[in-house]
Formats: sequence, structure tokens, C-alpha cells
Amino acid sequence: MTTNAETIRDLAEREYKWGFVTEIEEDRVPKGLNEEIIRVISSKKAEPEFMLEWRLKAYRHWASLEKADAEPKWANVKYGPIDYQDIVYYSAPKRKPTLKSLEEVDPEILRTYDKLGIPLAEQQRLAGVAIDAVFDSVSVATTFKEKLAEKGVIFCSFSEAVERHPQLVKQYLGSVVPYTDNFFAALNAAVFSDGSFVYVPKGVRCPMELSTYFRINAAETGQFERTLIIADERASVSYLEGCTAPIRDENQLHAAVVELVALDNASIKYSTVQNWYPGDKQGRGGIYNFVTKRGKCQGKHSKISWTQVETGSAITWKYPSCILMGDNSVGEFYSVALTNNYQQADTGTKMIHLGKNTSSTVVSKGISAGHGQNTYRGLVRIQKAATGARNYTQCDSLLIGDKCGAHTFPYIEVKNASARMEHEASTSKIGEDQIFYLRQRGLSAEEAVSMIINGFCRQVFRELPMEFAVEAQKLLSISLEGSVG
Amino acid sequence: MTLLEIRNLHANVNGHEILKGVDLAIKVGEVHSIMGPNGSGKSTLAQVLARRETYEITDGEVLLNGKNLLEMKPEEAASEGVFMAFQYPVEIPGISNAYFLRAALNATRKYRGQEELDAIDFLPFLKEKMRLLDMDERFLNRAVNEGFSGGEKKRNEIVQMAVLEPRLAILDETDSGLDIDALRVVARGVNTMRSQERSILLITHYQRLLNYIVPDYVHVLVDGRIVKSGGPELALALEEKGYSWTEAETIRAAG
Ligand SMILES: Nc1ncnc2c1ncn2[C@@H]1O[C@H](COP(=O)(O)OP(=O)(O)OP(=O)(O)O)[C@@H](O)[C@H]1O
Ligand SMILES: [Mg+2]
Repeated sequence: MTTNAETIRDLAEREYKWGFVTEIEEDRVPKGLNEEIIRVISSKKAEPEFMLEWRLKAYRHWASLEKADAEPKWANVKYGPIDYQDIVYYSAPKRKPTLKSLEEVDPEILRTYDKLGIPLAEQQRLAGVAIDAVFDSVSVATTFKEKLAEKGVIFCSFSEAVERHPQLVKQYLGSVVPYTDNFFAALNAAVFSDGSFVYVPKGVRCPMELSTYFRINAAETGQFERTLIIADERASVSYLEGCTAPIRDENQLHAAVVELVALDNASIKYSTVQNWYPGDKQGRGGIYNFVTKRGKCQGKHSKISWTQVETGSAITWKYPSCILMGDNSVGEFYSVALTNNYQQADTGTKMIHLGKNTSSTVVSKGISAGHGQNTYRGLVRIQKAATGARNYTQCDSLLIGDKCGAHTFPYIEVKNASARMEHEASTSKIGEDQIFYLRQRGLSAEEAVSMIINGFCRQVFRELPMEFAVEAQKLLSISLEGSVG
Repeated sequence: MTLLEIRNLHANVNGHEILKGVDLAIKVGEVHSIMGPNGSGKSTLAQVLARRETYEITDGEVLLNGKNLLEMKPEEAASEGVFMAFQYPVEIPGISNAYFLRAALNATRKYRGQEELDAIDFLPFLKEKMRLLDMDERFLNRAVNEGFSGGEKKRNEIVQMAVLEPRLAILDETDSGLDIDALRVVARGVNTMRSQERSILLITHYQRLLNYIVPDYVHVLVDGRIVKSGGPELALALEEKGYSWTEAETIRAAG
């Protein structure tokens, strides 16, 4: 096996290639968290009164949780205490972020996104994909705005939505993830500085993929963005988020909240390719990715589908969930989570069946390599009224090497006897025999490993929009280099 | 012209010597068969030639077309034209047969500096090879070997050989587990591939296969050495008398 091990070890020396820092002037608030900081953030954003009040309520709730030491500890991840007074809660590029066109964006930022392979410039953009880019705390550019506006689709930064569509924000903000939901959701509600907002009106199929690119750049900052997507009756939309961050020795906190609302016959497809900086090979640095994502299938025959490819972050704590309220509504969760070196992930989903004939599908693929620890944690709850509910859950784990771990915690609560539940689980290892078989047919060791992994993840990748599926495959192979041998 | 030249090859696995001095030369266009008792080292020889790294070479040399085969990685040996049909083909879940084979062919083509084939050019070519092996088209989109029956896996190996058009094809007990009809189909496939540019090494336990694919030479491998070589008639003698006969002869020759 020497050659296998060596070729792949060579590739391992390749660094996280998104780890550079952009030199720009920042407008940031002092470290620490108190009511004054919340007021400063809110006033910097010139927010209406209702937003400030909501933030303050969230802050007070969070402060009481913090006092009671109620930071969640049940996840299967280990990390030292986080000093919440040692974080900068707002950092923005100095130029004024409300922009009319791309020409007004700081050229350094545009170069950053180019380097990341996210060209914002109209002539370079991925055909048919509208992109909102969030740099540290604020949104710097949204492409394709006019074209979407023709259809009545609102796709803008959260700040702009607060300013221009306060009614919609007021109606839906916190309606799926209230600030009381959990520790990190409360923190986010108090300090979130920007994010994306989408509203698709009745009967409209969004004519293109919507995409947000999140980038943490500044040091010592947390990123707290908030995304709200509403698909009105018979509307449909597909949305994709991607994330990267520079290499830094200290850990950085990312505590986002995503809320989705689907009304009657509406459908939302939400895809994530998460590649925050994972820390180095010794486990130093990296992003703490503590995220609350939840979708509400409010209307009948509505559908919410989560697809995630999680390769980055030092620690991931994340359970994109569906509340299936409307009769005949459908929830889906497709996930690939990869942990290499000292990464830890505790991720999964919750499918809460409330309406009749609701159905949910969960497909989770966990890949552990190096010293990585990968936990699937899932809850399927069938409430009393949910007659005829169905769930299919499949959890597969793939181990590479013998120092990593895979864990599965499926929770099932059934309160209606008509429910039909199916659960499958498997754990396997990449075999030397598989690698040799593919190499005998002419593929290199790396090509062989990446083919095996892609095969393992196929059920998830085929849920991604085409161009992103290709990206996700590449990302996975890069994240795994150095782990086989 | 000699395609493969094996001289005094010794190989270990986990510290045990399995090959104890194998000598064998195969000329371009020839078909050789290796027979021998279970555990004598036939698969080991095949896998050493395919450059599996679990085997340690302790002595000897192997030349493929004059090049040192033992310095090649498995994928280099493959691209230089060595193909091995596995005794136990491996499953690759989630990867379709068609995708896998195109990737394999293109890897080889790239190595040789040829242009890669896109799906549109490749598919008709693959379908033709599958027809040759009586493989249904639904196997195109099925994951590589996953859930295939034993015989289907073996046939799939020969489809791969037909696609990759190797210079040296090593078939490790491809006939084992095939029903009578499938055996004929596979033999037809192999015979179609038989040509002046290609050499074939057939590892088998059964003389029956050699009725369909008639070899130029038959060798008997016992305990890591080739103890006897001859023409097709040697296989018949073995069938009749068993391997103990060759062993006895070897001892007599040595004594
Ligand atoms: N990884 C291994 N560890 C230990 N012994 C091994 C290993 N691989 C092969 N061997 C041993 O090497 C010897 C030769 O095995 P090989 O598979 O080459 O035999 P074969 O001639 O192909 O037998 P068969 O006719 O049963 O296929 C056997 O005794 C086998 O147990
Ligand atoms: Mg064998």
C-alpha cells in the first residue's frame, strides 16, 4: 500500500485554498455584547423600531440563558468554553454597503469573490444564477435584481428587506425559529447583521437559481446571518448557499438562522455547500458552525427539501428541519457530512409531522477520515393528528482509516398508529480492494478514492442543482486528500 | 516478439513466500493457460502482474514489452495494456457501469496521449461490447457489480476487457461460477478478442474452458513454481491424473 499512501499524503500537504485574507477597511463595533452594542448595530442599519425591540427581547432572553449556563451541551462534540464577550459582533467593509450596482463594490471584495470562483460581475456570472454575497456582516452585492423583479420575486439583503418590505419581515421573522428556540438562535436574533431575503409571490416559479455566498474575512468576528425565504401559494424556488473563511489560528463563531415558509402548493429547495475553514491538521482554529435551520410547510401540498454538503468547519452543529403542518406536505433532507483531521460534526434533521398524509425522506451520508468524528442525530415525530404519515430514513456511514468515528442517534416518536416508518442504516469502510480494482482499470489512487466517495454520496448529489453537484464532488475530493492510505 | 517475460519471480505476502521463482515468457498473440491446485499462487501471480501493492517482490524481474513492469503503479501497468479479470470482482456502489468504464477508458487514453471520448461517442461502443457478451442494456446504468450474480460479475469483467482492449489480458478463473451457456458466451467474447496484437493468460481449474478457448501453452503452477509446461494435451492429462501426478514427476526429476 506504500504508493497509495504516499501519493495521497503528498496531496494532503495542499492547503485549504480559500484561506486568504482580504485587506479592506472595516467598520467594526468594539468586542463584547450588551444592550448598547445591540442598539449600535440596529442604528448602524437604520432599522425601524420593531426590529430593535425584537433584538432587545432576544438579547435579554439570551442573557438569561447564558447566566443559567444553558448553552446546549448535548451534542456529541467537544470544545472549550466560548467567551461571548471576546467576539466582535459587527464588522462591515467601510464603503457604504447599500449599492446600486456592482461598480460601487470595493474592488478588493470583487477580487476576493473572483478568487473564490464566485464571479459577481454580470458577464462572468454563472448563467441563470442570481447571487447575493455576504462579506463578514453585510451583504455587498446582489446580482440579477431587475430580472427577478419583473416576476415580482424579491431577492435582496436582509437589511434591504427590513427597509423596503418591513411588513413581510414583520409577519414572518421569527415565525419558524423564534428567538426563544435555543441559545444560538437567541444570540443570532439579538445581533444578526445581515443575510438574504427571498419572497416569491403567488403562482410564480422563480426563473433562476438563487444563491448566496457567505464569506468570513475579518479576525475575531462572529458571523450571524439570517435568511428568510417565503414561497407564497403555488410558488417555487431553489436556493443555494456557499461559505468560506480565511485560515486563522483562533476559532470563529458562526451562528446563523434560516427560516423557510412554504404556503399551499409551494415548494422550496434549499441547498448548502458549506466549506468554512475546518482548522489545521492538528485541530487548531476553524469555524464553529452552530446553525439553526428550519422550514415550515404551512400550506397543504407544500414541500421543503434540504440538501447539504458539509465539508468545512471545525465543529458543525446543525439540524435543518421540517415542520409538516399542511396536509399532504412533504419534507426532505439529503445530507453529506464529511469530517477529516480533527473536525467534528453533529448533524441531522427533525421531521415533525402534524398534518395528514404528510411524508418525509431522510438520507444522510456521513464520511469520517483522520480523527474526524461524525454524528447523525435525527428526530422523526408523528403527532396524533398526523394520520397516514410516512417516513423513510437512511443513514450510511463511511469510515476512512481507523482513528475516526461514526455515530448514529435516530429518535422516533410515533403518536398515531397509522404511521409507516422505514429505517435503514449501514457503516462501511473504503476497501483497499475497491481502490485496487479501480486502479487496475487505469484510474489513479486519488481518482479511485474520489469515485468511491462520489458513489457513496450519489443519492445526495443528484439532489443538487447540476453545476453545484460538480463543485460539491470536487470539494469532497479536495477535503479528503491525505486521508487514505 | 516477447510481450511478457517473467524471470525467477519471488513474492511474499505478509511475510510468507508465495511465489518461489516463477519463469514464464509469453509472445505477442499467444494464449497461455495456468492451472494448479488451490493456494498454489495463481491469483498471486496475476495480482503481482497487475501491480497490487500488498505483494512484496523479493527477487526476480518482469518485463512488459521490454519495460520494467515491477516499477509500475497499478494504473500505469493498466495503461501499458495489462488487464486483469478478477477472480472476485469488486462492487462500487453508486457508480454506474457506463460512467466507470468511460472514466477507465479515458484514463488510459489520456496516458497514451489520445483524446478523451465523450458520452455520445462512448455509448454505442460500449453497447456493442455488451451485445458481444449478451449483457442486457440495463447493466449500463446499474452500479458496478452491485447486486450482480456471480456469473454476471464475471461477464462484466469480460465486457470491461473488450472495452479497454488490453495487450495482456489475465483472466483469473473467469470460468468459475458460469453456467454452461454463459461459459460459451464468455469464451466467444474472449475468442473475438484473440488477435495477433494481444496475449492472454488464462487461469483456470477446468479443462472444459480450454475446449472453447484453445491455448497455445499450458503451465502447471504448484507451490509457487511452474513445475510443468506443455501443449493443450497437458490439460487433458491433468484432468485425468490430478496434480499429484505432476508433483511426483517433479520430485522424480529433481531426485
Ligand atoms: N493477504 C494474505 N495473507 C496471507 N496469506 C495470503 C494472502 N493472500 C494470499 N495468501 C496465501 O497465498 C497462497 C496463494 O494464494 P492464491 O490466491 O495466489 O492461490 P490460488 O492459486 O489463486 O488459489 P485458488 O485456486 O484457490 O484461487 C494461499 O495459501 C493464500 O492463503
Ligand atoms: Mg485464485
